[in-house]
Amino acid sequence: MSGRIRLIDENGLRVDGRKPNELRPIKMEVGVLSNADGSAYIEQGKSKILAAVYGPRELHPRHLALPDRALLRCRYHMAPFSVEERKSPAPTRREIELSKVIREALEPAVFLEKFPRTSIDVFIEVLQADGGTRCAGTTVAALALADAGIPMRDLVVACAAGKVDGVLVLDLNDLEDKEGEADLPVAYMPNLGLISLLQMDGTLTVDEFKQALNLAIDGCKQMYKMQKESLKARYVAIKEEVEEEIDSCLQP
Amino acid sequence: MFYFENRQIVTPGELLAEGDYIAGSNTYKEGLKIYASRLGLVEYQGKTVQVIALNSVYIPSPGDQVIGKIEDVNVYGWAVDINSPYKAVLKASDALNKPFKQQKDNLASFLDIGDLIFAKVMAFDRTIDPLLTIREPGLGKITQGQIVKVSPAKIPRIIGRKASMINLLKKETECKITVGQNGIILISGPSPERERLAILAIEKIVQEAHTSGLTDRIAEMIRREKGEKI
Repeated sequence: MSGRIRLIDENGLRVDGRKPNELRPIKMEVGVLSNADGSAYIEQGKSKILAAVYGPRELHPRHLALPDRALLRCRYHMAPFSVEERKSPAPTRREIELSKVIREALEPAVFLEKFPRTSIDVFIEVLQADGGTRCAGTTVAALALADAGIPMRDLVVACAAGKVDGVLVLDLNDLEDKEGEADLPVAYMPNLGLISLLQMDGTLTVDEFKQALNLAIDGCKQMYKMQKESLKARYVAIKEEVEEEIDSCLQP
Repeated sequence: MFYFENRQIVTPGELLAEGDYIAGSNTYKEGLKIYASRLGLVEYQGKTVQVIALNSVYIPSPGDQVIGKIEDVNVYGWAVDINSPYKAVLKASDALNKPFKQQKDNLASFLDIGDLIFAKVMAFDRTIDPLLTIREPGLGKITQGQIVKVSPAKIPRIIGRKASMINLLKKETECKITVGQNGIILISGPSPERERLAILAIEKIVQEAHTSGLTDRIAEMIRREKGEKI
């Protein structure tokens, strides 16, 4: 291992001090943009991502319209200031691929057949990237879709597992992703128990793959709880405010 | 078996009930399990399980009264924006009170681009665009008042049970309030202050739509505001 960074220290902790099966600190917020039909924001470690959803709305150009269902369009984009060296704002090959991959991860969850001939547009803007943005992007896009009131079978939640320095770890950051041996992003619909995205980069034995997959699904389940809480939090806050108001009226 | 209490907030995919129940609006059924398909408030009514959505777009339904804006004038009629993913069509024969003659009648002189109309949805089956009519009493071109736009999901709350909320608003603010099912509301009152008061009340209803005892609080708010201003 000479010349390489040590990704797991002698205590078995990772570069950012996490245990192998620990997620980064996560913050989710729903309804952050007033001009979009639905929106959400996520902070996962140092990754910060904003998602906006428009629709179902009239589709332009018209010839793309599907007679039996809505067209789901997805744009994953990294801001020029999201990485250390300025990234050109034009969509790269990687961003075009991730847009497709995230769209396909979300598609099975949405009842597209309820809105024929319309489009649902999802915009995912990476403000700051530190690994795991395709997963965090999928998670936050699902929140924005739910906030827009679009009918869905389930929320989609995504999380990566991988292998660094011979240890299976959950939720890789940028350094672990680049220097590690493998990365396995998984998008999952927890209530239905279905996987809608599964990619792998690097090498894992069949046994390790199975373990890593279970690890990633465990991570997804943890994040799913946070997703549900953040969706409800907005409305619960108003409810509590109102109840307080009533209480203060009854006091005197 | 029910998994939630009435009027609790649920998210898409949450299991609402299991057993011999009927899946109502905004839910779906798989085997004997009923799941939520939208963010909203769950309601158990006898055998039916449904979710009242907190946010949604307007999907036209025959019989709905809507407020729309003329977007285009064609040879046969008008294209109307009704705040929905589907553009509506108003045919000249459904607007004029006389037989329509293409050579003689100038449609733009009757309704022009940008005009607002209060119309009824005649037909819509998702394969063709919704058809409107204004050939009924109370319908037609809007000539005065203020427009408020809200989420179509909040309209039932603004009307209230047996129209209790809307009647309260009309009585207390002395405004004429026309509610379009598509989330557009027309308010015309005796004075700008009264119109502002009605708009304020509607904004409060939308903001607190998912809480209980709303009608009483709105009544109190309007009376308080009136006491201060008038």
